[in-house]
Amino acid sequence: MVKFILKRLLQAIPVLVTVTIITFLLIHAAPGGPFDEEKAVPPEVLKHLNERYKLDQPIHVQFYDYLKNALQGDLGPSFKYPGRSVNEIIAAGFPVTFELGCYALLFALLIGVGSGIIASLQPNTCQDYVPMAFATMGICLPSYVLGPLLVLLFGIWLEWLPVAGWELTPGDKLLPSITLGSVYAAYIARLSRGGMIETLSRDFIRTARAKGMPESIIIFRHALRVGLLPVVSFLGPALAGLLTGSFVVETIFQIPGLGRYFVQGAFNRDYTLILGVTLLLASLIVLFNLIADVMIAWLDPKVRHETING
Amino acid sequence: MDKRVLTIGLIAVLFTTTSCGIDYETNVADGTRRQVLHVGNGDEPRELDPHIVTGNIEFKLCMALLEGLLSRHPEDLRLMPGVAESWREGDGGKTYLFRLREDAKWSNGDPVVAQDFVFSWQRALLPALGNNYAYMLYYLENAEKFHKGEIKDFAKVGVKALDERTLEVRLENPAPFFLQLLAHQSYYPVHRETIEKFGAADERGTKWTRPGNHVGNGPFKLKEWALNRRIVVEKNDHYWDADAVKLNQVVFYPIQNATTEERMFRAGQLHITNNLPVDKTEYYRKERPEALKIFPYFSTYYYIFNTLSPPLDDIRVRQALTMSIDRKQITEKITKAGQLPAFNFTPPDTNGYTAKARVTYDAERARTLLAEAGYPGGENFPVIELMYNTSEEHRRIAIAIQQMWKINLNVNVTLLNQDWKVYLDKRDSKDYQVARAGWIGDYLDPITFLDLFVSTGGNNDTGWSDKRYDELIAKAATIVEQEKRYALLQEAEAILMTELPVMPIYTYVSKSLVSPDVRGWRPNILDQHPYKYISLTPSQ
Repeated sequence: MVKFILKRLLQAIPVLVTVTIITFLLIHAAPGGPFDEEKAVPPEVLKHLNERYKLDQPIHVQFYDYLKNALQGDLGPSFKYPGRSVNEIIAAGFPVTFELGCYALLFALLIGVGSGIIASLQPNTCQDYVPMAFATMGICLPSYVLGPLLVLLFGIWLEWLPVAGWELTPGDKLLPSITLGSVYAAYIARLSRGGMIETLSRDFIRTARAKGMPESIIIFRHALRVGLLPVVSFLGPALAGLLTGSFVVETIFQIPGLGRYFVQGAFNRDYTLILGVTLLLASLIVLFNLIADVMIAWLDPKVRHETING
Repeated sequence: MDKRVLTIGLIAVLFTTTSCGIDYETNVADGTRRQVLHVGNGDEPRELDPHIVTGNIEFKLCMALLEGLLSRHPEDLRLMPGVAESWREGDGGKTYLFRLREDAKWSNGDPVVAQDFVFSWQRALLPALGNNYAYMLYYLENAEKFHKGEIKDFAKVGVKALDERTLEVRLENPAPFFLQLLAHQSYYPVHRETIEKFGAADERGTKWTRPGNHVGNGPFKLKEWALNRRIVVEKNDHYWDADAVKLNQVVFYPIQNATTEERMFRAGQLHITNNLPVDKTEYYRKERPEALKIFPYFSTYYYIFNTLSPPLDDIRVRQALTMSIDRKQITEKITKAGQLPAFNFTPPDTNGYTAKARVTYDAERARTLLAEAGYPGGENFPVIELMYNTSEEHRRIAIAIQQMWKINLNVNVTLLNQDWKVYLDKRDSKDYQVARAGWIGDYLDPITFLDLFVSTGGNNDTGWSDKRYDELIAKAATIVEQEKRYALLQEAEAILMTELPVMPIYTYVSKSLVSPDVRGWRPNILDQHPYKYISLTPSQ
């Protein structure tokens, strides 16, 4: 297992370097620079700015410098926010995005696995169709529709929850987490329903039933472990998606996360900021996929065997 | 049996996770009680350093934290004493003598002295600082040469502290609007000791603007700056006019999304918004007119023509295009918030100046002009491209204008949507034919609009150049007497509205929602609302 993890970590290095190179080249190739403004910047000011941020040097020198500093953990100064380093911006935004992503995932698991199991217990009946119809709706409903709808209902009509903000008023984390998590809840519901139905018809379940085991033990101890495997392998990409895809929800709910930098860094040609955020998120995606694979190996003896021996 | 219990249990879990309501006091109720104003401020400020930032978002914060020699009346924007208690003009408008008030203090208790202004203006002009607004100080004698590195000795620049309370200023040319500039952030003072404690005077982005470090001389001082969350300023007891300041705190929220901001206002989380979504204007006009504040803004929405390449190098073509759009339709059917159709480039009634030259809507005449230019009935007229930066409103206006040109002139236009930086790059390199643009005046004088189109103007992306126009603008800069000066500017604008490198479309409005609890907030053309004069009283 250790060998497997080490191997995967080593494989991550070329992936991350490639991501950095491509992002670096793309952002530098895009027309317009970080200091272009609506009011023309006088050439003498621009010259000093380019010198200050070393943009007057050849691109390979810039890239080498960036990589060297990044390896030492210094992602450079932001161009748009002169007083802030990229490290500082990420340190302020990432915990928020991560927390939001975790709540959303928690919500998705709770709702998704719950309704998936409910549906799988009585396939092709009302108990199956109703949650699955909701799940299909959840997949179809984008967050920029669902978010404002939830705000209208719980924030404005019922006045139960704050309409926006993060750690400003109690309860303000609830609606964004639900909005962000709902799409994933829907996927997880479908995945767990499928997994459970398949598992419940397998021989070892029949054996358990024949032995007269209570249904709850059959479901929770025996069926879930196998039936939820597809959900587990979905978790890695899901968390990565939650972290990189939180921009819309962060905008709707005025959340000080990383999402807005991910999008605006590119619009503002804030080279260092977009590189820093991309590098961070790429590393996380690699990491989460690894964790998901490890978990699968741990849950599924068949895969575990293959991982260790091959 | 077992299955049913399980099902019910799971459904119960689903419901409890989604339906726990919490009671809380709104920001507005709480804020009004404690004199804490909650304001939507558009975006995260880039910095709080008055010599680095250029935007309105930052200006609102600088205005709370710092004060210039002069300030503005919140209603009619007339100039009022700030740090200077009195001033005298001399040498035909080329010199000024300012008397600083004795009780002007920094937020750490240090007195504000004339030397602070000398240091601050020098800093604003240091080339390495990269101050985009350095040109605002070019009116000072030799300031431009100093900024461009042609002279190194700052003593030659026209600002001098005669003693702690007397500041002498010498200008390059008499500029009747010079006093206006003193209320602008580019002329605000900074605290020398603080700046130097955290780095060199010309170092960008040092930690001096952080809470705990920041020292200012405004009615408020910096208490908290949580990146992307909020900025809190609190009353500065050392401020010379602290007795007049009613608010204990102002909390600024960087809310970009106008829809979110409107929702927060409706839910009582904000006293004042920075913006208002177009589709909500109608609702507030009908249901809550007392909260809706719409006022003409010192800013023009227009299109520019690239006059260097055919067919737009032909003045008749530009005139025909300008004459064939119905501006009223655009402001009534598209922008809908009370924007004024613009028939000239400067906004109406700029400090007593209203342009006499006007473009008209005259489709008949436009067709004649186009025929004279060699395109009768739009025949053989090449397809032209209209570029705008990403925005729903820009797109809708562009489509409307595309239609009007098609119907009135039988001219075909393709639309090109570009992201902001690409748009700027294409404009700057003149890689466009027609482009959308907007301009906000820096200070209350028509010159801040008209000097855009001088041949050497860094913002003149049209390629248009007119000797007479340049002369008029240059001559106006040497004249003190307002009436004569305005006559020259009228003449210049008449040239601009005949040659038409620029096609005015409408004058912007500022749109805000303001809670009825807020007192002392008055709409004005600069959309500036000094927090010094604002107080909160429960409205019911």
